[in-house]
Amino acid sequence: MVDVAPALEMRGITKRYPGVLANDRISLDVRPGEIHALLGENGAGKSTLMNILYGLAAPDEGEILLDGTPVTINGPSDAIARGISMVHQHFMLVPVLSVADNILLGKETMANPIFLDRAEAHRRIVELGKRFGFEIDPEAKVESLSVGWQQRVEILKALYREARILVLDEPTAVLTPQETEEIFAVLRRLAAEGHSIIFISHKLYEVLAIADRITVIRRGKVVGTRIPAQTDEDDLAELMVGREVQLTVDRGESHPAGTVLEVDGLRVNDDRGREAVRGVTFAVQGGEILGIAGVAGNGQDELVEALTGLRKPTGGRVTLAGQDVTNQRTRQMNEAGLRFVPGDRHRFGLVLGFPVDDNLVLTSYYRPPFARGLLRDEDAIDVAARRSIAEFDIRTPSEHVPASTLSGGNQQKLIVAREFGGELKLLVLDQPTRGLDVGSIEFIHRQTIARRDAGAAVLLVSAELDEVLELSDRIAVMYRGEIVAIRDGRTADKEEIGLLMATGNRDAAVATAGSPG
Amino acid sequence: MPPPQDERPPRAGRRFVPGPAALVPILAVVLAFLAGSVLILLTGFATVGHLDLLLPVTAYLALLQGAGITTDPAQATNGLVNTVVQAAPLVLGGLSVGLAFKAGLFNIGAQGQFLMGALAAAGTGAAVAGWPGPLAILAAILAGCIAGAAWGFIPGALKAFTGAHEVVTTIMLNTIAASVVGWLVTGPLLATGFSFDRTGDLGNATLPILFGTRNLHLGVLASVLAVPVIWFLLWRLTLGFEIRTVGANPSAARYAGMRPAFLIVFTMSLAGLLAGLAGSMEILGITHFMNASYGTSVGFDSITVALLGRAHPVGIVLAALLFGALRAGAGLMQIKTHIPVEIVDVIQAIVLLFIAADVIVRFVFRVRTGHGGLAELQTVTKSYGEGAVR
Amino acid sequence: MEGLANGLYGIPVLGVVFQLVGYLVAVIPEPTVSHQIIFLATPLILGALCGIMNERSGVVNIGIEGMMLSSAFAAFVAAGLANEALGGTPWGAFGITVPLLIGVVAGVINGVLVSTLHAWLSITIRADQIISGTIINIAAVGATGYLHRIIITPNPHLGGGIFSAWTVPDAITSIPVVGWLVSAFLGQGPIAMSALFLMLLLQVMLFRSRWGLRTRAVGEHPKAAETVGIDVIRLRYRNVVLGGVFAGLAGAFLTLESQASFQLNMTAGRGFIALAAVIIGRWTPVGAFGAALLFSAATALQVAIGVNPPTGQLGSVLGAIPSQLFGALPYIVTIIVLAGFIGRSVAPAADGQPYAKEVRS
Repeated sequence: MVDVAPALEMRGITKRYPGVLANDRISLDVRPGEIHALLGENGAGKSTLMNILYGLAAPDEGEILLDGTPVTINGPSDAIARGISMVHQHFMLVPVLSVADNILLGKETMANPIFLDRAEAHRRIVELGKRFGFEIDPEAKVESLSVGWQQRVEILKALYREARILVLDEPTAVLTPQETEEIFAVLRRLAAEGHSIIFISHKLYEVLAIADRITVIRRGKVVGTRIPAQTDEDDLAELMVGREVQLTVDRGESHPAGTVLEVDGLRVNDDRGREAVRGVTFAVQGGEILGIAGVAGNGQDELVEALTGLRKPTGGRVTLAGQDVTNQRTRQMNEAGLRFVPGDRHRFGLVLGFPVDDNLVLTSYYRPPFARGLLRDEDAIDVAARRSIAEFDIRTPSEHVPASTLSGGNQQKLIVAREFGGELKLLVLDQPTRGLDVGSIEFIHRQTIARRDAGAAVLLVSAELDEVLELSDRIAVMYRGEIVAIRDGRTADKEEIGLLMATGNRDAAVATAGSPG
Repeated sequence: MPPPQDERPPRAGRRFVPGPAALVPILAVVLAFLAGSVLILLTGFATVGHLDLLLPVTAYLALLQGAGITTDPAQATNGLVNTVVQAAPLVLGGLSVGLAFKAGLFNIGAQGQFLMGALAAAGTGAAVAGWPGPLAILAAILAGCIAGAAWGFIPGALKAFTGAHEVVTTIMLNTIAASVVGWLVTGPLLATGFSFDRTGDLGNATLPILFGTRNLHLGVLASVLAVPVIWFLLWRLTLGFEIRTVGANPSAARYAGMRPAFLIVFTMSLAGLLAGLAGSMEILGITHFMNASYGTSVGFDSITVALLGRAHPVGIVLAALLFGALRAGAGLMQIKTHIPVEIVDVIQAIVLLFIAADVIVRFVFRVRTGHGGLAELQTVTKSYGEGAVR
Repeated sequence: MEGLANGLYGIPVLGVVFQLVGYLVAVIPEPTVSHQIIFLATPLILGALCGIMNERSGVVNIGIEGMMLSSAFAAFVAAGLANEALGGTPWGAFGITVPLLIGVVAGVINGVLVSTLHAWLSITIRADQIISGTIINIAAVGATGYLHRIIITPNPHLGGGIFSAWTVPDAITSIPVVGWLVSAFLGQGPIAMSALFLMLLLQVMLFRSRWGLRTRAVGEHPKAAETVGIDVIRLRYRNVVLGGVFAGLAGAFLTLESQASFQLNMTAGRGFIALAAVIIGRWTPVGAFGAALLFSAATALQVAIGVNPPTGQLGSVLGAIPSQLFGALPYIVTIIVLAGFIGRSVAPAADGQPYAKEVRS
């Protein structure tokens, strides 16, 4: 590489938040035309660092240099003015506005001091798109675009502002592998034109595929910088996680004993009336864990809602322990032996303002011993609550404090304590360990296996492929509303599953050889 | 994120202690009275031309006197009775609004529900005037409750099945209720032999007076009884648990197998019933008839009482007594100091303002409680319609 | 409903409906009626514009009623006091006097002040916006009641006069086909005419200007706007406060153009009907304008029946409806429309949600 001043240098950046040192003297440099990957686990400090770069936070110590000159960045407009643009992990696009309006927002092209010049904007947008290899309709409403195209709009937003430095935060989190390749092509063209790109990710194989250099961050510190040619996934993984071995629970043998859940040709519509689940058929036996793998948005949410009585299916049949529960409501399914840990725990799983004991009986408050007829028995509720707290090691000062005071891990343990207890035939888990610390994850995994061994049928839906692989006795892959494959958990190949998730190719029985890079 | 709610229902066996959460409303009232005294000073200055610094003191003393807080036993009894009589419908109205709040609904329709209940009671009472006393009274009260419940049912059903926001629908229904009153009193319910348009004589449907004191009618007991009943419903019955859950988190309520649509309809109907009951009591116990342009401030006052009492039965009783005292004493204050009775409305408005802006209250009094303002009382639907709740 | 339509009274009901449509078509072009429709719609339009300014930015405002009422009072008192101090002769086509202008200014200032309060409560304090709006309504009734007792009751002759409507020249009135329509729009007082102009202005600005784009973005997805450098809080504040101008004008209209006096609670729910107009009009000025016309037509129907009584079946049906229920018609229509339209009419996505600038790690 030609020896030029780095386009961006961050020196000794330190940032403290209450209780945590988010960035500890981090130093990073990015050359012009370089794609520099920032690799680290959730919570390692990558996002904090980028927020500082983008002006959303101020560093406690350290400095930022652009083209060799120290600068202070006072906010997003300042960052944008200096040529730094950020594409966030969760798209910052206004769904009801058009592509052009979203791109214009904040950096509007004006015909005169008051009115927008949409014609000129359209022209520029189409031209920009062509330059980087795609054709875009500036008038299309963002909500009608696929995720991959929304990603492109986000990138166009940055380019429209003549960004020299693009920061992409987990850009491929919701993309299929093919869309990922397309975006990579765009990024390479951008780099070739001299833009600097910071690519934040926790996906090892992607980072090896796209980056010129990789900086690994762990617990707020830089632990190493590598060049892809001189490293591999194992090396990066060790840097990311440290010497500790990743805890995976040995699930042991499953002993399936009789079908508990039968799903036959199930069809479910989403909120917009489009078919999200298109004729799904599978069965789960007692004593086994069936994991459903798939990229988010392929119908899993609707499937889970239909199976738990929160959404009415439009066709097909669901049988639970021999009973037809197709159109039944949640409570009836609970009575039939269903237990459910919802994916959105704050919205569905808890009432944050209510005390812990009320939350623990949220799904059983109407039954004895917690109630006789219409009358609640609060002493019984308290006794049961104390028992659950002890049994599931929920860290809380008492059963009377509001659930909102619990940490995320303990809140999930509360939900697990509620749902895993008692007589259950079918356990449906939706993203059960999202955002949790390692200790809580391990605890919940162990409890799940324990329930399986006690004879329950477990249906696991998770976006974390590793979790699915670790826990599932059988793995079903969901793609565009259909189950495209079912594999045995003991012999499943991660590459093949990944490919099935991405393409739904039913004929991909042949495992792809090796990974890219 | 708004600060978390802290629900601490007083459990049986635990004495109710006004914790820090109750501090802010009390301080809000104090501040409002201080602001009110400034207003009194200004009004005095505007009307007589010079500044009488003692005017607020005189005014408030007269207010207290009128409300029954005085050394003269006859005046005290008179005043206290007035206070209680004024407070009684506010207790029911406050419970009506407060109950709805617990379900995440904003029942501004207490006014219309009150009117419909009053109208039904007046009309039925006149119709059954000849029946034996207890039966006539019961019939009239029942009619009032049903009418109020119906007037609460409508916005509840609309909310549950179409998503129409209860704020706008109840306000519309308030105005429609006034029109219905005008129509029925001058039409089918018109009584002959009077010099103005009004409903007929109640006869045996009149509520008897307690203790022989004027105006302290039996209906006051309804307010007293309603409080423990509602408290029991909300915190001892599974139905109450469901209502509170729907108000706190409707999605979780669905997940828990509850039926939000039913709960919303039920709660609004019950709230309507309470307000309608208040209306019936007013007619059967105090005014004994209804005229075509019957007006009342109970509707707005109930909202204030519910907000001040933080939607909790005990708080509501205290707030209702406060406003009952204000309304009872304002007359004497006007006689003695020429400050118009409408100042109670202004004080009410200032109290509300300070409750909403609890920041001011906490700043002035250096209160550092975590909760205090309206965070607990946020309505569930923040906009006009997110579709039916179903 | 199908059953009813096919039932015994099916055919006569349809007949009455057809008669009603025919009657409306015939009576609306009558000058008294068409003028009245625009006239009555003015406070609704202005209230709706206030609502749109608020809601498009993401702030729910049900306190429009209170803003209107207090502004009506402020305008009336200011004009009255100015009249006593200055007097004035009416000038020009609208009968403008200095006291009247002072009254309008006072109304607008009041609207701005109350809106600032609502903005502060909703945006800075982040109180529940519906409760905040309700408090404004209650406060307005209380304050105007009190001040009415102090200021107006002892001075029954207080008054600032009234704006007059422009007399439309015959040349315009006699234009074929649309003459009556144009004359109805132009034959109004100054505030009513400015309402129409403001409505068109806001429509254009909302969808074609930079301010409009930013406002809509802030109302839909404030976080997205923040990340491109827009100051969400400041924008919301400015829009809410500006919205107060419209509410203030609406209030001034009621006591300076619609009539020359102030009554307690004279707004009579117009603020809420304006909100319904916003919802039906899908949060656009032109749409809200159409909805406002619909509502005012419902009220004007009573006038129409007085001017040109319907005959036959329609006449007996309408005659049988008591006048009080007729007066309740706009409110009933509001409920029906609200129930039918909500869900089909989508509010700005961030409407009603307090915005907190978060800096997360």
